[in-house]
Amino acid sequence: MTIVDTLEDGPTCDQDRLADLLQPVLARHGSDPLRLLQILRDVQDDLGYLPPAALTSIARAVGLPRARVEGVAGFYAFLHLVPAGRYRVLFSDNIIDRMLGSEELLDRLCNRLWIEPGKVSEDGLVSVDRTSCTGMGDQGPALLVNGRPLTRMSAERIDRLAELIRAQAPLEDWPAEYFAVEDNIRRRDVLLGTRWPAGEAIGAAIARGEEALLAEMSASNLRGRGGAGFTTHVKWESARRAPCREGSRARYVVCNADEGEPGTFKDRVLLTAHPDLLFDGMTVAALAIGACRGLVYLRGEYAYLLPELRATLEARRRSGLLGEAICGRPDFTFDIDIHLGAGAYVCGEETALLESLEGKRGVPRNRPPFPVSEGYLRQPTVVNNVETLCKAAVIAIRGGDWFAGLGTRQSTGSKLLSVSGDVDRPGIYEYPFGVPVNQVLKDCGASDAQAVQVSGPSGTCLARHEFSRRIAFEDVPTAGAIMVFAGHRDMFEVARNFAHFFAHESCGFCTPCRVGTALVARCMDKIANGHGSQYEINEIFRIHRLLHAASHCGLGQTACNALFDTLHKFRPAYERRLRSLDFEPGFDLDRALAAARQMTGRDDPAAHFEPTPAGGR
Amino acid sequence: MDARSLSIDGLPVPFDDGQTIMDASLAAGIFIPHLCHHPQFTPQGSCKLCTVRANGRYVSACTMPASEGMEVESNTPELNDKRRTMLQMLFVEGNHFCPSCEKSGDCLLQALAYELEMLGPHFPQFYPDRPVDASHPDVLLDFNRCILCELCVRASRDVDGKSVFALSGRGIGKHLIVNAESGRLADTDFSLADKAAHVCPVGVIIAKRRGFAVPIGQRRFDGEPISRRVDWLARRRADDEEEQ
Repeated sequence: MTIVDTLEDGPTCDQDRLADLLQPVLARHGSDPLRLLQILRDVQDDLGYLPPAALTSIARAVGLPRARVEGVAGFYAFLHLVPAGRYRVLFSDNIIDRMLGSEELLDRLCNRLWIEPGKVSEDGLVSVDRTSCTGMGDQGPALLVNGRPLTRMSAERIDRLAELIRAQAPLEDWPAEYFAVEDNIRRRDVLLGTRWPAGEAIGAAIARGEEALLAEMSASNLRGRGGAGFTTHVKWESARRAPCREGSRARYVVCNADEGEPGTFKDRVLLTAHPDLLFDGMTVAALAIGACRGLVYLRGEYAYLLPELRATLEARRRSGLLGEAICGRPDFTFDIDIHLGAGAYVCGEETALLESLEGKRGVPRNRPPFPVSEGYLRQPTVVNNVETLCKAAVIAIRGGDWFAGLGTRQSTGSKLLSVSGDVDRPGIYEYPFGVPVNQVLKDCGASDAQAVQVSGPSGTCLARHEFSRRIAFEDVPTAGAIMVFAGHRDMFEVARNFAHFFAHESCGFCTPCRVGTALVARCMDKIANGHGSQYEINEIFRIHRLLHAASHCGLGQTACNALFDTLHKFRPAYERRLRSLDFEPGFDLDRALAAARQMTGRDDPAAHFEPTPAGGR
Repeated sequence: MDARSLSIDGLPVPFDDGQTIMDASLAAGIFIPHLCHHPQFTPQGSCKLCTVRANGRYVSACTMPASEGMEVESNTPELNDKRRTMLQMLFVEGNHFCPSCEKSGDCLLQALAYELEMLGPHFPQFYPDRPVDASHPDVLLDFNRCILCELCVRASRDVDGKSVFALSGRGIGKHLIVNAESGRLADTDFSLADKAAHVCPVGVIIAKRRGFAVPIGQRRFDGEPISRRVDWLARRRADDEEEQ
């Protein structure tokens, strides 16, 4: 860490020393601009942040304008352009973590360390901040320290954490149980309840042949498990038929493992428990579309899974399941690489994901063209979710008719649900599609649910009278998140948490989403601070309509869904906060004096203008 | 083969293969509000001012390929209301003070606000802290006025071959940066002769020592509203500066 200190000297910065440090990283990635995000991640792992001189050197090495490199580094939440401390603590800020007490624990840790949230300690040792859901909703409150997940935090653990940080103990010496991540599989159906030997699906697919394989995929009517529900075989057929660019025969299979929807964690469990099934699915897809290369885009929060996944890939290469002449078929060459994200929910959108895979800012592309014709490097590309690819592997083995016999007509097969919140048994539940919500609630032990948020903040909020509805594309579609809220929970605070999530995760490309999500978050804060009126409610509806119509991608289009639902179904949660039904100014003289109070260290009655209204952060 | 055509607000408009709705409308002299579009550059569709309904679906006119028989609605109260809201968002996102701005009268943002009868910013101001960069001998960068249209980014990259500008940050924190470790324009190879020096639709990139060369009252949109200057919008090319 003395390196950083040296670099901070500015003009005296030791360029030679920096070059020595960057050289191995750049060599490892072949100074490939397509690997820019991976290079930036690795350099930050070494230096703790990305100093200006490092960006200049990286830009020179990869042959990109420096500003472009800085623009990429500035896009991702986990990359730091200024020092962020040798210990970077990020509390998962999903509403589920909050319900488990994450905010109190964050305050506690800040108190113990004598720092403010979002700021670095004066000695440069530590920073504590919030981050979007880390995918540990069934074992929260969760946090990340230098990118590594810690689960089941408690006051006791937080106190110990503060001691370890103050003692500057290396992460390797921290108690191993803090880093334990459980699978918590609570209900198994056809996928989780079966043992799938590595390579079985590939053998079955090769035996069937490409045309018959696609026919089975068609018969299965498998639809994408990432949320959009697009029919998988149509994607595969389109990518197979789409012409490659001149002079190239490259097609790609991309696995979307950027499981960023708050409250979702089923892909994490699949990546942990069934990585071979996933890689089988990718290989089957490669056979079907004629791809020679596959890429997994793994969300940065799941970086801890990387060594195990890489080892699995290596084992597959050794046993002839990857590489040349796969399963003895001489003309079948395919290999898989894993890229890491760096804290950007929008990269779950498939074209933003492709941009990020190419080492760029994760901004969704204009469509058409669609990835099946112009995807990664503008070549035909299939982008499928982790669960979708696992299902494809199963279909290659058991056939399309068998799969179509499960679930409902429009939603065949089974679905993995990530259940969290006010339930006795949070975790992964696999059901045939069509399961009623109240069945799920019964199985997970949710006795007092007033609301269920299905498919995360961008999904649907169901009230009690809707619990007989079914999980299926025909009724309530979901990417897999089921967040349960008991009767005593404040649905306004749920919606406010979601509003801040979208404001934080908007990529900022288009005007309505960039400014609209920030305005909505401010409206919600104004209501929370006791200055709300019917005016704010109307504003939220108005911005919702605009975002729905004019946003560039699904993030903006769905950003106000939860607010819209809760405003309709849980209106009293809003109205009891409204000061009047006309208009209230947002300016609060007493709140404006807070900075002066902090500077003078005063908090006595004479330092206040008037008693602060109830509520607020 | 007969010329292909679509309709915009009921008027038949011919188009060629590869043209977008915006290309066709500009060629036909029909005004669709826009900020980030410029006929010389690859369309990007980020400002969303050109949002129209094509066969009932909301799309960006500048990126949506025209197709035979497509029915486009553009000049409707509903769409103009959405556009006005997005203009207000742009106004509160930055720090825009028209009366003291050198670009007043030549500014596309201001001209569209007049065109769409925006009477005030409506939303609470963000008042972002965006220091100006006066380091360059010939050019002042006033980031307060940036609407993130990326025209300077595209011009510098695609025409000047310099990539002086880029975007960093994300969400409401997205901002324009320049290609220098110091972050100062003076430390880039930017020049007043660059195409990028003359494409800013608002008042970010301002030539020094040339203030108010054209008096207020005689500027591009002082005499005529922007909707009557479709000819100019359509033929904007490398000659942007000479036009001024």
